[in-house]
Amino acid sequence: MENENIRLEELEIKRKSIIEKRKRYKRLITICGGTGCQAYNCREVFEKFKKLIEQKNLKNKIELKITGCHGFCERGPIVVIQPEGIFYQKVTPDDVEEIINETIINKKIIDRLLYIDPITNCKIEKEKEVPFYKKQKRLIFGNNGLIDPTNIEDYLAIGGYKALAKVLTEMKPEEVINEIKHSGLRGRGGAGFLTGLKWEICRKASGTEKYIICNCDEGDPGAYMDRSLLEGNPHSVLEGMIIGAYAIGAHRGYIYVRKEYPLAVKNISQAVRQALEWNFLGKNILGSGFSFSVDIVQGAGAFVSGEETALIASIEGRRAFPVPRPPYPAERGLWKKPTNINNVETWANVPLIISKGAQWYSQIGTETSKGTKIFSLVGKINNTGLVEVPMGTTLREIIFEIGGGIPNGKKFKAVQTGGPSGGCIPENLLDLPIDFESLSEAGSMMGSGGMIVMDEDTCMVDVARYFLTFTQHESCGKCVPCRIGTRQMVQILNRIVKGDGKAEDIVKLEELAQTVKNGSLCGLGQTAPNPVLTTLKYFRKEYEAHIYDKKCPAKVCTALIAYYILPEKCVGCLLCLKNCPVEAISGERKKVHVIDQEKCIKCGMCQEVCPPKVNAVIKLSGKKELENITKEIEGKGG
Amino acid sequence: MEERINIKEILNKYKGKKRELISLLQAIQDKYGYLPEESIRQLSRFLNVSENEVYGVATFYESFRLTPPGKHLITVCMGTACHVRGAPRVLEELQRELQIKEKETTKDGLFTLEIVNCVGACALGPIIIIDNQYYGQMTSQKARELLKKYREKERHGE
Ligand SMILES: Cc1cc2nc3c(=O)[nH]c(=O)nc-3n(C[C@H](O)[C@H](O)[C@H](O)COP(=O)(O)O)c2cc1C
Ligand code: FES
Repeated sequence: MENENIRLEELEIKRKSIIEKRKRYKRLITICGGTGCQAYNCREVFEKFKKLIEQKNLKNKIELKITGCHGFCERGPIVVIQPEGIFYQKVTPDDVEEIINETIINKKIIDRLLYIDPITNCKIEKEKEVPFYKKQKRLIFGNNGLIDPTNIEDYLAIGGYKALAKVLTEMKPEEVINEIKHSGLRGRGGAGFLTGLKWEICRKASGTEKYIICNCDEGDPGAYMDRSLLEGNPHSVLEGMIIGAYAIGAHRGYIYVRKEYPLAVKNISQAVRQALEWNFLGKNILGSGFSFSVDIVQGAGAFVSGEETALIASIEGRRAFPVPRPPYPAERGLWKKPTNINNVETWANVPLIISKGAQWYSQIGTETSKGTKIFSLVGKINNTGLVEVPMGTTLREIIFEIGGGIPNGKKFKAVQTGGPSGGCIPENLLDLPIDFESLSEAGSMMGSGGMIVMDEDTCMVDVARYFLTFTQHESCGKCVPCRIGTRQMVQILNRIVKGDGKAEDIVKLEELAQTVKNGSLCGLGQTAPNPVLTTLKYFRKEYEAHIYDKKCPAKVCTALIAYYILPEKCVGCLLCLKNCPVEAISGERKKVHVIDQEKCIKCGMCQEVCPPKVNAVIKLSGKKELENITKEIEGKGG
Repeated sequence: MEERINIKEILNKYKGKKRELISLLQAIQDKYGYLPEESIRQLSRFLNVSENEVYGVATFYESFRLTPPGKHLITVCMGTACHVRGAPRVLEELQRELQIKEKETTKDGLFTLEIVNCVGACALGPIIIIDNQYYGQMTSQKARELLKKYREKERHGE
């Protein structure tokens, strides 16, 4: 036989020997290798470590690995030294020699590379003491930082595939389903449907040919937790799928990955190969008689293809048009066979529930939403990154305690959850404990876990327009209200941000929103108006300022702003003049420069290049403000 | 160029089932950088579906290109995180400097401009990617300088 079939007892023996083998290492250096840190060139840091470890003959003492995303993307590249858990941030290749000499050999901490808590101004040595991590509960995501996702032995060393072994030896499929049902796990892909119930429907559906699908389309533009899981801990997702397949009675599964995620595709493909070699996949898994195989399908860039029926069409090689439900995929899905589809994070929860038990799991979270949720905390926030917290944590805790608040002393304005289907939540709702229900009540959604923080410089009309333009563009066009209605809404919003808004536009938007919501087949159309409705509900004044005062309070909408050079501040350095792309600035060296408002395209380049200590360029918005400044400048003879 | 397109090698790895269509289009685009007309013809014969249908699928999904890309591919992230951090201004600057819109290629064939929604490096936003190299914390000024660098490299390289 080509593959050595590993039976259950053998699996435990092998696991022990992997753990034994690793004991000889005194130290483990992990380098975050998620897409974020790769963008910061963490590869070079890794190569340098590798070279020096070889040169200094430390290979037998130090284990070096590139791991999945640690979550604290703001501070990459991140290097963590175990067992102490020493946390170095923003590490460059030039720091590597010092880390080896000082920290590894002389056991000294390098102050310069430590993270400084912006609130207490204290330097922090250990990863788990960093406030960003301290408040989290990293049940699903925590192992990312410990394992090399391309090495199945790493996953086995931390107890991987134990849940699968348990299921195959001790549990009947119905028992697995009951366990998941009792855990209260709800789907993490958006709608929050009870996972155990969904599995049961699919198990009970007639027919012997059934499929399961893992949805990693992650279409929310600004969210990347699914990608980080698939990239950083692919075996946990795979293990969940195999358990699910056993429970449902499926023998074939698909993992649908978005094309923009090349590293995730690579790592999950390798994980599938390894799982086959170890007989966690394939025929007669671990001698249990159960067989299951997995294929990886790459998406081709369409938001709607994340919707389950559209995704199925896409796997079948067709255009991703959603179809009406019922029948639900659980009864009639891929190739018209019963199909169970779950999100990446949902699958990754499954091994944990089986290992620790539904009883334990259901104690985490709120009455209706159990377990933890991973959020991608991005936008105007100090600590951008992936955050895993128990359901029921408040928005304030996430944004201000874990996220470290808003950068540059700016004021918080709103947080957008749920992606293009969600809404903007204002400051007075920050103490909301988040779960599926509370977010819906606020007019938003849990969605897949995108959380975009906005500050006073973010225009809420522009944000609404951004999301609606997105959904309008992504609408597959099948339902008329969605296709035409969203287009009309975008037109109105475009008009408002241009300063051509009319008094009746707000009412029109609200009416159209209802039409689109009620007249659309799939979740895309049904939820598309949410960003508009929530901003109208909580930030109506901003719409009114655009319409009545021709003013964009956040000074974002180009048509409503103007740049001026303050004569008393300008030192005549020529910088803005030289950089202006349309030659709208006149002046001479050491003389005050002036912007020709007719020529100005409001790109903001002059403000960008004006030296911070001069700070002579100001941005204004509003009819009144503009009149005042013209008078003022003219008065000074500028 | 077009006459020499032959996708046999790619087709050999597939069974000829309709569900392989998207994956085949991806393989062809990986090889040629776009979907040449001739490849669509051969593909339609191979899968026994009409060219019309192949085009239907190819144009439905954002990621497929029907014209050859320029020498350097510039991808601007317009995801939400990048948007609120000022990506629209970066995009506008690139469009102005290159004199093209999204999905177009400059006349000299050097640059193609594309838009993507979140590449998962939001901490670095606004982000642009040129030929797989990520550039973070972009401003319109930095974007312009970056272009200058690429243009200079081209001039010296030749
Ligand atoms: C327009 C639209 C886009 C969606 N995109 C995704 C996605 O990117 N990822 C995902 O897991 N679910 C997405 N969903 C939800 C899926 O249809 C489906 O409910 C989910 O994959 C089920 O998995 P779960 O029960 O584990 O959440 C989307 C739904 C809609 C309407
Ligand atoms: S929004 Fe640009 S990288 Fe995420």
